[in-house]
Amino acid sequence: MNRRIDPAYWFLAPALSVIVIFFFVPVAASVLLSLTDFDIYAVASRADLRFVGADNYLRLLHEPLFWVALRNTLYFVLIGGPLSVGVSLAAAVLLSAKVVRFRGVLRTIFFLPVVTTLVAVAMVFRYVYHPRFGLLNYGLSFVGIGPIDWLGDPHWAMPAIILMAVWKNFGFNMVIFIAGLQSIPERLYEAAGIDGAHSWAQFRYVTLPMLAPTFLFVAVMTMIGYFQLFAEPYVMTQGGPAHSTLSIVLLMYQEGFRWWNMGYAAAVAFVLFAIILSLTLVAMRLRRQEPLGTPLPGERPDAFRDRPSRRRQKKAAPQGERKSASDSESNDSSTVRAEALEARLPHSPLAAR
Amino acid sequence: MPPLRRLGSALLLLAGLGCRNQPDAPIVIEFWAMGREGEVVQRMLAEFEQQTPGIHVRVQQIPWSAAHEKLLTAYVGDAMPDIFQLGNTWIPEFAALHAIERLDDRVAHSPAVQLDDYFSGILDTNVIDGALYGAPWYVDTRLLFYRTDLLQRAGSTRPPTTWEAWLDTMVRLKARAAADDYAIFLPMSEWQPPVILALQLDAQLLRDNDQYGNFRSPEFRQAFSFYIDLFRRELTPRDAEAQVANLYQDFADNYFALYISGPWNIGEFQRRLPSAMNDKWGTAPMPGPDATRPGVSTAGGASLALFRGSRHADAAWRVIEYLSAPVRQIEFYRLTGDLPSRKTAWTMQDLMHDRYAQAFWEQLHHVRSTPKIPEWERIADKITQYAEAVIRERMSIDAALSALDADVDQLLEKRRWLLRTHPASDARTPSATPR
Repeated sequence: MNRRIDPAYWFLAPALSVIVIFFFVPVAASVLLSLTDFDIYAVASRADLRFVGADNYLRLLHEPLFWVALRNTLYFVLIGGPLSVGVSLAAAVLLSAKVVRFRGVLRTIFFLPVVTTLVAVAMVFRYVYHPRFGLLNYGLSFVGIGPIDWLGDPHWAMPAIILMAVWKNFGFNMVIFIAGLQSIPERLYEAAGIDGAHSWAQFRYVTLPMLAPTFLFVAVMTMIGYFQLFAEPYVMTQGGPAHSTLSIVLLMYQEGFRWWNMGYAAAVAFVLFAIILSLTLVAMRLRRQEPLGTPLPGERPDAFRDRPSRRRQKKAAPQGERKSASDSESNDSSTVRAEALEARLPHSPLAAR
Repeated sequence: MPPLRRLGSALLLLAGLGCRNQPDAPIVIEFWAMGREGEVVQRMLAEFEQQTPGIHVRVQQIPWSAAHEKLLTAYVGDAMPDIFQLGNTWIPEFAALHAIERLDDRVAHSPAVQLDDYFSGILDTNVIDGALYGAPWYVDTRLLFYRTDLLQRAGSTRPPTTWEAWLDTMVRLKARAAADDYAIFLPMSEWQPPVILALQLDAQLLRDNDQYGNFRSPEFRQAFSFYIDLFRRELTPRDAEAQVANLYQDFADNYFALYISGPWNIGEFQRRLPSAMNDKWGTAPMPGPDATRPGVSTAGGASLALFRGSRHADAAWRVIEYLSAPVRQIEFYRLTGDLPSRKTAWTMQDLMHDRYAQAFWEQLHHVRSTPKIPEWERIADKITQYAEAVIRERMSIDAALSALDADVDQLLEKRRWLLRTHPASDARTPSATPR
């Protein structure tokens, strides 16, 4: 048996130990914590700490508040997510249109909410949503809509938060979409135009298919981010009214840092982790069916100024590969590239299906 | 420690090394105080340091919102200050943690701290199972703030003293008010109003040595129904605190005429209400259920506590003694507006005849402590949750109270287990934001 340790490990050790100490150990500790009833009494005396096994998880499943929080979070993700992606796409298409002037200025303005402090935004929105003096109700009164108690009515509080979150976040996704749009070769639109496609048809049959990888990336990132809804309700409603804006992360925060039920809060965290993980796995499976985004070896990135239609590429290459935000700018490929893909695929371990 | 301070300490240390004839290094007392109090006490202690060479007090100011968390973390991390300000609803918790020292012996031998000079209801919050754990620093309770002009317009020359008169006044206020104005403002997010009403009826909120919820008792039910009724009759808006953009503006704009609040709002009202409002508001003790029973209220405020593991306990106690003197309490009142905990201080300043403090003087003789267990704040939060569900007509009163009892029983499970397994020790402890 060879007792020599591969020198690579020595070089990796500093980085690995940092990861182990600051990531794996705390995660493992949290797992253990979630199996105990660690609370304020346990702080006083370790003897008062009880090992409760899966009790925290079972209690969680029987706790109506958890289901309320889960429902609210799903509401936020399922309504807010698509809305946010849709608005970003619309803004990106608008800002990429040649007829629009001052695109640079508009792009900066649309991006401003992203870099604004969330707490400041939330405070301002509380005034905007004020039932009696709010700007929003004032505006609505001109179209004959009576005053709505945005943050005080359980039916309206979540829509109000979604509205704010979309306004705050769409700029980020918009920038990614703009990058994606810029990589669509102009000649495709020209070809479509010659074939008689009008702007809607061009959008439907050229823009959307070409944006698919960007779209999926944006959707997944938005979903993960939106599942972790916390600061908006924390600042604006504290989870109220009547728990209508209580999110899972807010529930975890309250249990852990307000009431010091650390064991229970850790269980909440792991349930949320399981939910996000499983949805991300689903999304990754979807991604596998997407075209390869990264340049292949031997290809010059600047050679990829255009790419075949997605349908054609799909026929040729249903393959899998990881893709990241930075890729979206260089995710176009030429016919050469499609051929290269076809040539490489049979040997690629990633071509699972 | 901020870098500048650290640099300062380093320089001091160097200076100390340079100076051969340095006498004994002064004892450094760490003192944590919250918010405005922390700011003010730093100045007050300059004189103390002059009078008592050899003791240096280092005050650290911590924000109220982070105070509870910071104290707990400091305890876990073994970084507790020698003295700290403690909201008196937190005392049971820190007593259960064994984080604070019993003061009975020190008080018995101290000419400076006279227990009978404190308001008994407030002092009681510092006593856990017969032992004294804190010296009340300033006091706090809740009572009625009202608009004199609106009350007069509604036909009341004096604020109500019984529930019946109170309700009657509110109905008349509402009748006189504009369509979207109200008689009283009771933020749905506050647990104090329903709990104060229940305490007035002598309701036992918890039963069997605070091991089970007792919210289905006839007394609590009556108080709870009275509270809910105010919303059903639209005498109070269905708002949580968060929905009110500017309380002071709303009070001046006739949005509500009555408000249940504490002493800190005397100063705030004076500062923030438009000057036209100057003579148009007053304070009054809480109305009682009937003419025979006074309207009790909650016993709040903050105390000074001594860390059990302090290495300079004797020196630290001298700081507490210094700050407990009536003269200091008056100085403290002038600087912060916090009401003194010692009656001598009130007499010296003639505070009991002060236009706004007067009602507090009366109210402070009728205050009662909420259950002195660490779970109390959480229980209080549950009360507001179920009250809100009833106000929004999602539950009936009976269903809400049963569910509240069930939830509270579950919360107290650990406490029951502790009492069962070590019956001798007190499982008493607590947490709640004062105010």
